[in-house]
Amino acid sequence: MHDRAIAATHGLRHHFADLDQQRESATLGMWVFLVTEIMFFGGLFAAYLVYRTAHYDAWVTGSEHMDFWFGTINTVILLCSSLLVALAVHAVQVGRNKTCALYLWIASAMGVAFLVLKGFEYHAHIVEGAVPGALWKLTVPDPQAVQMFFYIYFVMTGLHALHVTIGIILLAVIGWYAAKGAYSPANHNSVHVSGLYWHFVDVVWIFLYPLLYLIAHKKA
Amino acid sequence: MATIAAPAVERENYLNTDFSVRSWLLTTDHKRIAILYLISITAMFFVGGFAATMIRLELLTPAGDLMSSDTYNKMFTIHGVVMVFFFLIPSIPATLGNFLVPMMIGARDLAFPRINLASWYLYIVGAGLMMYVVLTGGIDTGWTFYVPYSSTYSNTHVITAIVAIFLAGFSSIFTGFNFIVTIHRMRAPGLTWSRLPLFIWGHYATSVIQVLGTPVVAIALTLVALERAFHLGIFDPRLGGDPVLFQHLFWFYSHPAVYIMILPSMAVISEVVSTFSRKRVFGYIAVALASIAIAVLGFLVWAHHMFVAGISVYAALVFSLLSYFVAVPSAIKVFNWTATMYKGSVSLTTPMLYAIGFIGLFTMGGMTGLYLAALGLDVHVHDTYFVIAHFHYIMVGGAVMGYLAGIHFWWPKISGRMYPEAWGKIAAATIFIGFNLTFFPQFVLGYLGMPRRYHSYPPEFQVLNVMSSAGASILAVGYVLPLIYLLWSLRYGEVVSDNPWGATGLEWRTPSPPPTENFLETPVVTWEAYDYSTVSEVPVAR
Amino acid sequence: MAEHVVSRKTYIVVWGALMALMILTAGLSRIDLGEWSTVVALAIAAIKALLVILFFMHVRYESQKMAWVFVVAGFFWLGILLALTMTDYLSRGSLGVAGH
Repeated sequence: MHDRAIAATHGLRHHFADLDQQRESATLGMWVFLVTEIMFFGGLFAAYLVYRTAHYDAWVTGSEHMDFWFGTINTVILLCSSLLVALAVHAVQVGRNKTCALYLWIASAMGVAFLVLKGFEYHAHIVEGAVPGALWKLTVPDPQAVQMFFYIYFVMTGLHALHVTIGIILLAVIGWYAAKGAYSPANHNSVHVSGLYWHFVDVVWIFLYPLLYLIAHKKA
Repeated sequence: MATIAAPAVERENYLNTDFSVRSWLLTTDHKRIAILYLISITAMFFVGGFAATMIRLELLTPAGDLMSSDTYNKMFTIHGVVMVFFFLIPSIPATLGNFLVPMMIGARDLAFPRINLASWYLYIVGAGLMMYVVLTGGIDTGWTFYVPYSSTYSNTHVITAIVAIFLAGFSSIFTGFNFIVTIHRMRAPGLTWSRLPLFIWGHYATSVIQVLGTPVVAIALTLVALERAFHLGIFDPRLGGDPVLFQHLFWFYSHPAVYIMILPSMAVISEVVSTFSRKRVFGYIAVALASIAIAVLGFLVWAHHMFVAGISVYAALVFSLLSYFVAVPSAIKVFNWTATMYKGSVSLTTPMLYAIGFIGLFTMGGMTGLYLAALGLDVHVHDTYFVIAHFHYIMVGGAVMGYLAGIHFWWPKISGRMYPEAWGKIAAATIFIGFNLTFFPQFVLGYLGMPRRYHSYPPEFQVLNVMSSAGASILAVGYVLPLIYLLWSLRYGEVVSDNPWGATGLEWRTPSPPPTENFLETPVVTWEAYDYSTVSEVPVAR
Repeated sequence: MAEHVVSRKTYIVVWGALMALMILTAGLSRIDLGEWSTVVALAIAAIKALLVILFFMHVRYESQKMAWVFVVAGFFWLGILLALTMTDYLSRGSLGVAGH
């Protein structure tokens, strides 16, 4: 493998034999990291499941106080940004660094829009008093269990928002490198791997959306 | 020992290539990072050892006379947290694993060298925070951080300690993640999975647990910290929460964490037993797959720590049954090591003494684990010294013995010099005697009903406790001895050849100490693991 | 072993499917399906996640079989965590204790 064409070694780090090995390692590494992330969120999903099973009615009540449209529009935003990141990978694969940068930056900006909407949503919760603890103002049956719903909601979406924030920075920086022409069709691991991360953030939200927003809307 | 005259001009290796502090602190060489880890975890070992000393001193007399019960609580907590999270979990993977995984598979480095360095820095920041906790008043929750005590009532540095463990946890995730990718993607040409040394199989299994388990304890402890900081929570029964949920999440990681400690140790033992029996490991495939089986089954048994915590009887039955299954792959390993030695050309060097000690002590620890997995018996001995003795047979008799076996076995490779063999044997014997004297009486104490985590006890338990404390002082001597003679050997030890043991691994087919790039040319592997016909060196009887 | 280039058309079709599924799940949440609403909502979420993983995350085209194994292992282990935890919660009080 060492005698591979020297021309294909631009951007090859010293401890890898060739670019294929480097790319496969980067991809596999990101997947292992994402498995870690699945389990990191997994603890929260376990807590969600345990308390939802125990207090189903409170979960319905809590979900009634969630804004359907905030959740839905944010879902649209993340799905669209994921498409852009996928297209950015395509652009760099065919050697269009500038296009890649543009797509990544738009996706990053959509991440910001997601957070801004999330901020408005949190603000609405605070105004309504749907915050567990001292700020609690809702008068609902079984307030203790409904507070539990909101606590889990805030921790899950907060952890997700933290990941979105990291993703925004990541996409913006990688976009900047792409604009400088740092990647080539043969070597663009950073774009691919950051893309994997962003899609993962999207996948988490795909599950959070029905689990938090869509419980209560089943009005017969 | 065949002495090779030291070359007139010292060969360039990873140690003498650059002596500046900067070259160490910014290194991405896996071998140097291994040394950084070795120094760090040794320091933490003595911190945890100090707390253990205080515990054993207090327990010399039935009355709680040396320290208050609060201080005693802090001592056993510091002992547990430091030893588990800052010594045992990184012990073999971060030192020997870091040093040897790339070398054994013929790679130039781990797949992500900078993440490897980041892992050490995370560990150091975590260890620094933990030392801050130790020095500014400690923590008294026990290493298990059970709620609601940790989230609501304790007045000690719980949040800081949680942050410290969180950082150490991610350093451990980084190590595991690096190993997995490296083992998959960076093996030398010809080195198929069935030719891998069992050390690699063991570390692969360990890494799987680190990657899958650690994030769950990280999130569980984060929730405890949030609960403490904001007085709301999902584990607080006053707020409708369930403390048992914390235990589920905690043990989902912390039971497999025991296998993070023991699997690398088993990995070392496989290498040592094979080398000093000069035989291929009996049932190679079975031993390799047993590592994977332990990693998987280890995730299915966690609630056996919770039999008296209020879980359902049905769940307790399920977890009790599943716990028995882990014994199968563990027993396969013990049988196969024994069968490897059978009719082998056994030489009783220091690493081999530790390995034989490991097999015996691990068997005792494992067998008593089966007692504890039995639902009825566990209710009787739960939270007694029986449990303490059991897991110290695994963690000290198993994990630490394996660690010391490995340090001695690869010391010539790491340092280029041989440790003094006579002192090595004395230390190994001292540790074995000291260990058994310390912990065997605790089985009896526990069975008689002495509970854990109290600083005073009824006078009739004193004889056994004095035996235990006496053993601990012997054990302490046993641990200080290697520290002294290994440091001594760095300067005065005999210079060794590339392969002083006549072992078969790739790491022995490169200079001692190895050059920075590990191999002068990438090795091509054409032989099966442990094929002793491929090595010319024969170990000289010592 | 070269990297597979997925066409832009594929990405856009997948995105269209994702949007359609999202509208479907949002719409279905307005209708009371009783016991089934959670099952349906989670099934749709799982399909969406699968689409993202297979196409956007390239697992469908990944030359390394290990990427498949890791994805499956990640969700399998999540399943272990959830299933064995619920084994306890769902069976609380289902067996009597001798003497009680």
